[in-house]
Amino acid sequence: MALRKVKGNLERMFDKNLTDLVRGIRNNKETESKYISQCMEEIKTELRQDNLAVKANAVAKLTYLQMLGYDISWAGFNIIEVMSSPKFTYKRIGYLSASQCFHQDTEVLMLTTNMIRKDLNSHNMYDSGTALTGLACFISGDLARDLANDVMTLLTSTKPYLRKKAVLLLYKVFLKFPEALRPAFPRLKEKLEDPDPGVQSAAVNVICELARKNPKNYLSLAPVFFKLMTSSTNNWMLIKIIKLFGALTPLEPRLGKKLIEPLTNLIHSTSAMSLLYECINTVIAVLISISSGMPNHNASIQLCVQKLRILIEDSDQNLKYLGLLAMSKILKTHPKSVQAHKDLVLQCLDDKDESIRLRALDLLYGMVTKKTVMEIVRRLMTHMDRAEGTMYRDELLQKIILICSQNNFQYITNFEWYVSVLVELCRMEGTQHGGLIASQLMDVAIRVVAVREFTVGQMALLLDNAHVIVGPAAARSSIAEVLYAAAWICGEFSQLLANPKATLESMVRGKVVSLPGHIQAIYVHNMLKLYAHIIATAEEEDDSEMIEEVTNLLLERLPVFVSSGDLEVQERASCIVHIVTYVQKCHKHGDKVGADLALLMTGELNPVAPKAQKKVPLPDGLDLDAWINDPPSESEEEEDDALEKEIFVKADSSYKHRKEKYEPSEEELQKLRDARRAEQASNPYYVKSSALSSPRPNHNSIQVDEIPVTAIDLNVSLKIPGMTSLDKYQVVDGWQDGGKKRHKKQKKRSKRKGQVSSSSEEEINRMHVVNTDIGEMPEGAHLSDDYEIDDRPEDDPHRALDINLDEPLSPNEVLPTRTHYEAHAQRKIESNNEAKLIPSEIPLKMKTRNKKERKEKKEKTKKVKKEEKKVKKKPSRDANLILDLIDPLKETVISDKVPVAANHINGIADAKNKEKSKSKKTKTKKEKKAKKEKDRDKPEKKLKKNEKEIDTLSRNRDEYEETNGTVTQEVEEKLAVPEPQPYSRLLAEDSHIRIVYSTAAMDGVMSEILVCIKFISQSSKPISKLQLILPDSSALKMIRTPGKLVFETGYRLFPPKEMGMAVFQRKQRQPDPQSELVNLPWSLDPGESKETQLSFTAEDVTIPHKLRGSLSYIQDGSSSSSDISLRLEFPVTTFLSGKTASRATFTDLLSSGQLSARSSFTLPNCPWSFPEVLEELTLGGSLAVVECVDQTASLYGRSLHGHHVCLLVKYQASHHLTIDGKSTEGILLSNALDHLKTTLMQKQ
Amino acid sequence: MMQFMLLFSRQGKLRLQKWYEAHPDKVKKKITRELISTILARKPKMSSFLEWKDLKIVYKRYASLYFCCAIEQQDNELLTLEVIHRYVELLDKYFGSVCELDIIFNFEKAYFMLDELMVGGEVCETSKKNVLKAIAAQDLLQEEETPQGLFEDHGLG
Repeated sequence: MALRKVKGNLERMFDKNLTDLVRGIRNNKETESKYISQCMEEIKTELRQDNLAVKANAVAKLTYLQMLGYDISWAGFNIIEVMSSPKFTYKRIGYLSASQCFHQDTEVLMLTTNMIRKDLNSHNMYDSGTALTGLACFISGDLARDLANDVMTLLTSTKPYLRKKAVLLLYKVFLKFPEALRPAFPRLKEKLEDPDPGVQSAAVNVICELARKNPKNYLSLAPVFFKLMTSSTNNWMLIKIIKLFGALTPLEPRLGKKLIEPLTNLIHSTSAMSLLYECINTVIAVLISISSGMPNHNASIQLCVQKLRILIEDSDQNLKYLGLLAMSKILKTHPKSVQAHKDLVLQCLDDKDESIRLRALDLLYGMVTKKTVMEIVRRLMTHMDRAEGTMYRDELLQKIILICSQNNFQYITNFEWYVSVLVELCRMEGTQHGGLIASQLMDVAIRVVAVREFTVGQMALLLDNAHVIVGPAAARSSIAEVLYAAAWICGEFSQLLANPKATLESMVRGKVVSLPGHIQAIYVHNMLKLYAHIIATAEEEDDSEMIEEVTNLLLERLPVFVSSGDLEVQERASCIVHIVTYVQKCHKHGDKVGADLALLMTGELNPVAPKAQKKVPLPDGLDLDAWINDPPSESEEEEDDALEKEIFVKADSSYKHRKEKYEPSEEELQKLRDARRAEQASNPYYVKSSALSSPRPNHNSIQVDEIPVTAIDLNVSLKIPGMTSLDKYQVVDGWQDGGKKRHKKQKKRSKRKGQVSSSSEEEINRMHVVNTDIGEMPEGAHLSDDYEIDDRPEDDPHRALDINLDEPLSPNEVLPTRTHYEAHAQRKIESNNEAKLIPSEIPLKMKTRNKKERKEKKEKTKKVKKEEKKVKKKPSRDANLILDLIDPLKETVISDKVPVAANHINGIADAKNKEKSKSKKTKTKKEKKAKKEKDRDKPEKKLKKNEKEIDTLSRNRDEYEETNGTVTQEVEEKLAVPEPQPYSRLLAEDSHIRIVYSTAAMDGVMSEILVCIKFISQSSKPISKLQLILPDSSALKMIRTPGKLVFETGYRLFPPKEMGMAVFQRKQRQPDPQSELVNLPWSLDPGESKETQLSFTAEDVTIPHKLRGSLSYIQDGSSSSSDISLRLEFPVTTFLSGKTASRATFTDLLSSGQLSARSSFTLPNCPWSFPEVLEELTLGGSLAVVECVDQTASLYGRSLHGHHVCLLVKYQASHHLTIDGKSTEGILLSNALDHLKTTLMQKQ
Repeated sequence: MMQFMLLFSRQGKLRLQKWYEAHPDKVKKKITRELISTILARKPKMSSFLEWKDLKIVYKRYASLYFCCAIEQQDNELLTLEVIHRYVELLDKYFGSVCELDIIFNFEKAYFMLDELMVGGEVCETSKKNVLKAIAAQDLLQEEETPQGLFEDHGLG
C-alpha cells in the first residue's frame, strides 16, 4: 500500500499542474485539439488514482477545459469526491468545478445532499461560504427542499459573512422550492434590519427580486423600505429599494405620492448616475400610476425630462442611450413634455451608434402629430438614403410605416402624400418589408375611397415599371410583394384605371413568371378582372377591335402560366384560358357576355373585425377535435424530402420565397401524394423506388443568380415618369425647411378663425376619410377581450412564487426538517418561536396561533371594544398600514365617534370623515401620541379581527366588497339606520317567532364562518329564555372559545311611530364552552328583533354542509317552553369570500394555469335582468365582481381554505345566461355552480 | 438579477464564464459565441448596452479583455457597469495591476473573487476591503494546509 502511494507520488511529480496545462495549450496553438485530447487521457488516469491531491489537480484542469468548451460532465462523480475532501484547498476546487458544470438536472447531485449539509454546518466559516456560493449555482429542487432548513439556520449565524450569503441563496431556494417562501419569509424580513449593512443589503436584494415578480404580495413591506430609503446612504441598496418601489407603485398610487418628494430630492442631490437613473425611472413609474393630477405633478415631469436631456446631451454614449430609453417611457403618458425636445431626438438620429439611433426612432414614433408627421417622415427618408447597412434601413422603413399607420392613420391628413411615400419606399433596395408596404397600399386603397383613383393610377405605373422594382437586388429582398398589392388594386378597382388595356399589357408582359408563385397567381386572377372590365366597356362602345385585341393578348400569354410550377397559378390560368376562349366563342356568335363576365367579380369588400373569425359561434353538433378521416399513419409522414417537392410538375424557376410563403396548394399536394403512395404500396406490379436509387433533379438548386435577368443600367434615373414624388407635397403643404409658407398659412388661418392656436390639432383638416369601422362581426359576438393573459412563460419559476405573505402561517407550514434527528428538530422549533416573538415595528407580523398570546391580546382589546360605538368603513389593510406608518399624523383621521385606539386601524376614512376630522385634529394630537405608543406593542391583528366582526354586524354585505381600498361615502347614514340583512334566509318560523340567518366567510382572519341569526318576535307577548341547541356535525364545528366575547346588536324593526327610536344594545353572552347549548341572555319584546352571532369552522369547504338544531323559548305567560327545529344550511358559496379580489390577482390567477377545474352551466330563459343576476351572485354567493363590461362580468371568490373560484357571467339579450367557472378545486366549483344554478332557478 | 458574466479577449477567446441561470452546455456555447461576435463587431464609440433577446447586455472593455454581463429587463445598466468595474478593481488589487495573463493562469482565483462579490447573480459584498479580506483569509487557509498536505501526499503524514 505504502509502496503504491510512493509510486503514485513519484508519478505525480511528472504530472501536469494547471499552469502546465495552460502553458501547454498556449504553446500548441496549431494542434490544440490534439494536445487537449492527450491531456484528457492523462486527466482520466489521474482521476483513477486514490490520491485526492492528484484528483483535485485533475479536476482543476478539467474546470479549465470546461471553459474552453469541452464536455466534462462524465467527471461528475470525481468532482463530488473532491468536493467532499476535508481540506479547504480541494473543497474549493471541487465546489468551483461543480458550480461551473453542474446544473439542476445533474444526476449526481442527489449524492451531495448530506455532504453539502455537512459543509454548511461546518465550523469553518469558509467551508460554509464555499458551499453557499456553490449551491447558488447548481441548486436543484430536491437540494432546495432538503437544505432549506440548513440555509435558514445560517441566517442566524453570528458571522455576517455567512448571513449575507445565506440570504442571497434563499432567493434561489425559493425559486426551486416555492413552499419555503412562506415559512422563511418572517426571518428574511428580519434581515432587513440586520446590524450588518451587507446582510441588510442582501435581504433588500432578495426581497426586491421577489417583489418585482409578484409585487402585490409585498405591499405591506413598503413602510420598512420607506424607512430604509430615507435613512440609508448605501447607493447599491438605495437603487434596489427604489427599483422595488417602482414595482409597488402601480398597485398603490398613494405610495407613489409619498415617494415623489424623497425621490425628487435624491434626483437633485445625487451625483451617482446609476442612482439618478433609477430615481427617474421610478418617478416615471409613479407618475404613470397616479392617474389624478397632483400639485407638483408637472414639476416632477419637467425635472425628469430636464435631467434626461442632460443625459442625452452627455458625451457618454451610455448615458445618451439610457436617457433616450427613459424618455420613451415618459412619452407614453406625457407626450407633450417630450415633444418639446424633438430637436434633440432628431439629432440623435445622426449618432454613430446604431442602438442610439434605434432608440431615437422609437421616440419619434410617439412624438408624431398631425403637423409634424410630414416633416418627420421626410427626415427619416433622407436618413434612409444615407443609412448604411440594410438592417438599419429596414428598421427605418418599418418605423416610417408604423408612424404613419398608427391608430388607423391618426396623423395622416393627406393620403395622396402617404401613397407617394409608400411608392417611394418601394424603390428602396434590398428591403425585407415588401409585404408591409404592400399591405399598407392595399389598406389605403380599400379604406380611403377618396384617394383610390390616385392609388390605382400609381399602382398601374408600378406595374408598368415592375422591372425597375424587381431589379437584380430583388432576389434577396421581398420588395416584389408590392407588385402583389399593385396587381390586386389594379384588378379590383379596374374601373378607375385610366387605360385598362395598357395595364393589362404591362401585367402579361415581361418577367412575371420569375415572380413568386403567390404573386403570379394574383396577377393571373386580376388579369381576368381587368379583362372582364375591358370587355364590358368595349361591348358598350361596340369596340370589337379592342375585344379581339385583348382576347388574343390573353390567349397568347396565358399558356405560360398554365404550365407554371405553382399549382395555384396553373389552376387559375387554365380556368381563365377557358373563360376567355368561351368569351371568344360567344363573340364570334355575336353574343354579348361582358355584363355576365363582370358579374363574376362583383361584390363589395367590407372590412372584417380582427377577432371576427374567433368569434364565429360553434354550430351545434360540430366537434372540431374529431377526426374527419382517420389520421394518416406516422410512417408516411416521415418520407424523405426529395419526394415532397415537385412531384407533380417541374418547376421552371426556384424562388426563395416559395418556402416562406404559405401556399394553399401544399395541402392538396400532400393529400394527393398520400393517396398515390397508398395506391403504389398496394399495387404489386409497381416497382417501388427506393430513395437512393433515383435521385430526382432538385429544382430548388437552381441558383438565384442563374435566373436570366438583365441588369438595369443604374445611370438611368430610377424616377419613373408620372410616378409621384414626395417633393411636390412638401411644396404643397409648406413643409419646406424655411417654414415660411407654413408661417403664412398659419397666419391666414388665424385670421379666419380669429385666434392663434398653434397647438390645436383639429385645425388640420383631414383631406380624406379613412374607413375605421371595427369591421364585421358574427352575430351576437362582442369585441371584448377574453381573459387577459399573463405574459410570463409557463415555466417561469416566479409564477409559483406568487404567494400571499400576509396570511398567517398555518401549523403545517414549516420547512421540512430531518426528522430522525430529534434534538435538532426541537431546537428548530424553539428558534422559530423566538423569531416570532421579537417585537418589531413591522406592522403585519406573521400571525401565530399561539393561544396564550391570543388571550393576552384579547384582554387588551376588551377596553377598546367597550368604548366603540360605531365602526367606520375600513379601507384595505395593507394600504392603510403603509400610510399609517409613513405619516401617521397626516393621514390618520379621527372622528369624534371613533374611540382613539380604534382609530389607528381605521386609518383613512372617507372624504366626509376627513373634513369632519380636520377641526378635531389639533385637539386630538396629544391623544394620538399617547395612542401611538400604546399601539406599538398592541397586537394589531386581533384588533382587526374584532373590528371586522363588528363590521359585519352593522354593515350590508354589498358594502363589504367595496372595502378593497375604496371607501363609501354613505357609510354613516347606513350605519345610523340599520337595515335588515338583504340576503338572509329563513331559518325557522312559527306563530311567535321568526328566525332568519345570514352567513359570511371571515377569510384571512380566522378562516371561520360567521353566522348572524336574527330573531324577530311575532308574538304579542315577550319571549324569553331563548336557547339554541346546535350540535356539531362531523365536518362543521361551532367555535366556543372560553371567555370569548360576542357582541350582539338588537334593534327594532318597527317604525319610530310605534316603537320610538332605533335602539342599539350591546350585551355580553357567555357561551358554554363545551355544550351545544347557546343561551341567549335576553328576551324579545313584542315586535322587537335581536341578533346573535355564531362562528363555525368547516373541515371541508368544498362540499355543502347542513346543521340541524333546535330553538327553545318560553313565551311569557305560558309555563311550558316551545321548540322549533332548525336547519342551518351552508352551501359552498358560504365559504367563499370575494373581498380579496382585484383585477391583478384575477388575471394572474387565470393565466397561472392553477385553475385546472372548469365547469359551466347555461340558463336559456333567465327571467332576471343582468344586474339582478349579479346581485344574486354577489350577495348569495359571496363573490366579488372583478370586472363588468356590458352584460358580461367576471367574479372572484376565495374559499376559507384558499381555493380560488373565478366565474365569467355572460348575459345575452335573449335572456340567455351562461356562467363559466374555473377553480383550483373541482368539487368546490361544481358544488358552487350547482348551488348558484338552483338559486337562480328558484327565483324563477 | 444577473444571468451570466463572460470575460473574453479581443481575439474572441473566452477567459471566464459564470452562469447564474442554468442552461444546457449547448445553449451556453451558442449564447457565448453569438455574444462574443456581436460585441467584438461593435465600434469603440458605441454605448455599452445591447438588447439581446429578452435580456440586456452590458459590456465594457478593459485593455484587451471584454467584461460582459447579461441582466434582466428591469435591471439597472449603470449599476451593472459598476459591478463590472468593481470586479476589475478587485482583480487589480489582488493581482497588482492585473493583465489578461493573470486571469488565464489563475482563473480559479478570478472565480473565487467573483464568488465573493456576487452570489447567485446578486451583489453580495459591496465593500472592496471586505472581499479582499475574505479572499486573503481563504488563501491563508490554503497555505496552512499545503505543507501538511505535502507530507501526507508523500505518504509521510
